[in-house]
Amino acid sequence: MSVARIAAGIILDAEFGVDDKGVVSHHWLLPEPAEIIYGGAAAVIIFGLLYWKAMPAAKKALAARTERIQKELDASAAAESSAKAEAAQIRQAKGDIEGERARLLAEADADAAQVLAEGRARLEDEVAELEARAESEIAQLASRSGSELRSHISVLSSEATEALVARELDAATQDALIENFIAKVGAA
Amino acid sequence: MSNDARIEGYARALFEIARAEGTIDEVEDELFRFSRNLESSDSLRSALTDEKIPAARRQAIVEDLLGGKATTTTVQLVSMVVGAGRGRDLPAIINKLVQRASTSKGLEVAEVRSAVPLTDDQQSRLAAALANATGKQVNLKVVVDPSVLGGIVATVGDTVIDGSVRTRLDHLKARL
Repeated sequence: MSVARIAAGIILDAEFGVDDKGVVSHHWLLPEPAEIIYGGAAAVIIFGLLYWKAMPAAKKALAARTERIQKELDASAAAESSAKAEAAQIRQAKGDIEGERARLLAEADADAAQVLAEGRARLEDEVAELEARAESEIAQLASRSGSELRSHISVLSSEATEALVARELDAATQDALIENFIAKVGAA
Repeated sequence: MSNDARIEGYARALFEIARAEGTIDEVEDELFRFSRNLESSDSLRSALTDEKIPAARRQAIVEDLLGGKATTTTVQLVSMVVGAGRGRDLPAIINKLVQRASTSKGLEVAEVRSAVPLTDDQQSRLAAALANATGKQVNLKVVVDPSVLGGIVATVGDTVIDGSVRTRLDHLKARL
């Protein structure tokens, strides 16, 4: 059918209520009453069937879909919650690691400071002990030197005195000593 | 037999021989002086106590030393002891003999050390002084000991009276 023929039919039907086969309707817009009745009944039947048969399935499908969506939402919420918890744990663990690191560093610093203090104290003690020992040895050496010197002087003095006395002990002195001894013993 | 008993036995034998000979006073005095010389001379002591030297040689040394200077009895007694290998005990034997001789006369041995010899007069006065000081009659034995330097050291039994220059010098040395 050509476009001109279709257009002619539409114009005729619109102007005069004549279709392209030449049938004239009672109104250019409204259908025939029987057509309305049968069409309306058929529509009611179709809608009733649809309501009766299709509606439960549709409701069921919608409920299932709603339930599936709800599950997905719940799962998403759970996953979010889990992710948040995990994130919190990670943050806490990170915080713990930072704290442990800080604690270890502080302990290491404290240990190092203690070792340093102990080493310094021990070194000071050793230095003090060495100084005291050195002073004692110096004093002993000085005392020993003095003592040895005094002893040497004493020996030399004794020898000199003995030599001098022996030289001075002539016969007269010897005789005087003997007589003196006899006199003292006799007088005792 | 212990050494002390052996020394005592020799001393008694020597004393009895000298007394039998009637020379106890001279022998005692000569033995005493020989004993002090022996104590002060290391070479003489080693010569008379060295058992590697034959006994006859040791006895010859004694006779060379004392011959003409001491009585025959003294020489023979010393020679006998040295020949018997008891030269080491000779000073102790002689000390015992001197004590025995002094005791037999009721005397106490007084050993006097002096740097110079004492005259007879000094000896008699010293004996009297020691008797006065100790309350005992003494048999004076004088030893010339140059180490005394001057003065006298007298020993009567356990009593020592020291008036020597040596001791005074030792005190001075100790104070120094």
